[in-house]
Amino acid sequence: MYTFSNRLKIASIVLMIVGALGIIGGFVMAPGTIAEAKEMVASHDSGHGDAHGAEAEHSTQENDHAVADTHGEEHDSSHDQHLLDQLKNRPWAALYVAAFFFMMISLGVLAFYAIQRAAQAGWSPLLFRVMEGITSYLVPGGIIVFVILLLSVLHMNHLFIWMDETVVAHDALLQGKSGYLNPTFFLIRAAIFLAGWIGYREYSRKLSLAQDESDDNSNFKLNFRISAGFLVFYLISESIMSWDWIMSVEPHWFSTLFGWYIFASMFVSGITVIAMVTIYLKSKGLLQDVNDSHIHDLAKFMFGISIFWTYLWFSQFMLIWYSNIPEEVTYYITRIADYRLPFFGMVAMNFLFPVLLLMNSDYKRVNWFVILTGIVILAGHYMDIFNAIMPSTVGKNWYIGIPEIGSVLFFAGLFIFWVFRALATAPLQPKRNPFIEESRHFHY
Amino acid sequence: MASKVIHAFYDDDDILMLAVKKVKAAKHHIDEVYCPFPVHGLDKAMGLAPTRLAITAFLYGCVGLTVAVLMMNYIMIEDWPQDIGGKPSFSYLENMPAFVPIMFELTVFFAAHLMVITFYLRSRLWPFKEAENPDVRTTDDHFLMEIEIHDNEQELRDLLMDTGAVEINISEKNSH
Repeated sequence: MYTFSNRLKIASIVLMIVGALGIIGGFVMAPGTIAEAKEMVASHDSGHGDAHGAEAEHSTQENDHAVADTHGEEHDSSHDQHLLDQLKNRPWAALYVAAFFFMMISLGVLAFYAIQRAAQAGWSPLLFRVMEGITSYLVPGGIIVFVILLLSVLHMNHLFIWMDETVVAHDALLQGKSGYLNPTFFLIRAAIFLAGWIGYREYSRKLSLAQDESDDNSNFKLNFRISAGFLVFYLISESIMSWDWIMSVEPHWFSTLFGWYIFASMFVSGITVIAMVTIYLKSKGLLQDVNDSHIHDLAKFMFGISIFWTYLWFSQFMLIWYSNIPEEVTYYITRIADYRLPFFGMVAMNFLFPVLLLMNSDYKRVNWFVILTGIVILAGHYMDIFNAIMPSTVGKNWYIGIPEIGSVLFFAGLFIFWVFRALATAPLQPKRNPFIEESRHFHY
Repeated sequence: MASKVIHAFYDDDDILMLAVKKVKAAKHHIDEVYCPFPVHGLDKAMGLAPTRLAITAFLYGCVGLTVAVLMMNYIMIEDWPQDIGGKPSFSYLENMPAFVPIMFELTVFFAAHLMVITFYLRSRLWPFKEAENPDVRTTDDHFLMEIEIHDNEQELRDLLMDTGAVEINISEKNSH
């Protein structure tokens, strides 16, 4: 039985407090008026010494948001209003990226867990309690994301421009999509998805604990059935979720493999966190039966799904780059023009690092090596979500500063607090799982 | 030169693994183990040197990548440049994303095929080669451990019986 150590608890609370200060700081620092916004950008540019280049690019590059606003207005004032909106968006977008990223980790683990259940995998039952601990974060994490979406619908921010009636009124494409992309239906979908994921998680956890106390395998069999059913629901809901919560920040753009792409990101982040939490618990002398072969298998998944992610990233990129259709290719042009370092840096972190570090079979069994690669993978997939949200919400006014770091620290603290609290509520090793012996003797 | 070898048969891979460890612990040299399927960890238990096949695979992959780059550069940039999809840049680097699938495929192709050929050559396998395994049952459901005898037949026989062998034979072997 694991007890949530005081040191870790205090560390997580400190992270939350520091993070919360950063988040509040981000909101306080956001400009309230157009004059303030212009001043901020001016001082920022002169500080970098490339004011001229930045200004020249600024006037030539306009995204849909500004174009929609220009109707009947003078260009300069709409441009300034746009700048103000972007700067006001920044703390919101930073909060949303971090909130989504940590929710996505637990959702990825939930999918991995359901696959292990549905496949009746023999190697992984020793890790089920770790996975259940991580998926417990889906409850607070999912609710926080939902609240941010609700605040967007209530016009507290401009993350989703299609929620703005005045934008839709001037935009034929958005009018055509409004049967699907409207605030009411959007919130209903979000509520259904979260209810489904959290409902499965809680029910499966209940059955998993009940199996330990029962004298037959009925709980285990029922868990197998609901997990198989859940995977069907998950596949559909995850795909639609990725269109709704991420792709729709750029409502003119679409990609048909976007759901898979986001899935790969959450899957590899989730598996990485399973490996890291397992290694942490092992270092505390717990999970004695988890051997290097289990870590080896998780590292193989980290390696393989990293390549799978790259495959999808490149497939999406190459087809759009090659066909060069204006409404599609804007997505990559803005990212390569304004986000060159995070955009290509992310590919290095998510592909080159895991491939080179985890290629060797023996390295996959070295625990600190897996942790090191895991940190790079997690940072890389944070950048992935960052690159998906930021260009459409704050444009070129991005920076990894106080709001972004504060949000990551806050949600990291909350994640650690919630996950390890949940881990402490049940024995770390399932007693009566029918495959527990196989898992204990697992040897690759 | 002919030498006498002892053949111990096993009918389970787990028992075989334990037997290999026991024989190694008793400081006997195992000449060979014949299996109907790969047994994970057997190479380590027998104390075989790590395979260098992975290194050759990496080198072959590098060759494949180089071939792909040179080939696409010659075909698409130098010899017969074409304007495809409005990208008449005639620069390898600027058209590189379009060549990535070919670079990937040829890397895999070279690594896989040359690695298999290397494996066959190294294992002295070629068409119409006569089987080296001493008993046909090792292609079906039995595992066979072969140990050379140096005037210690009875000792080996006792040890192998002890490890759970289902059958033990002595035979003459012509070393090559």
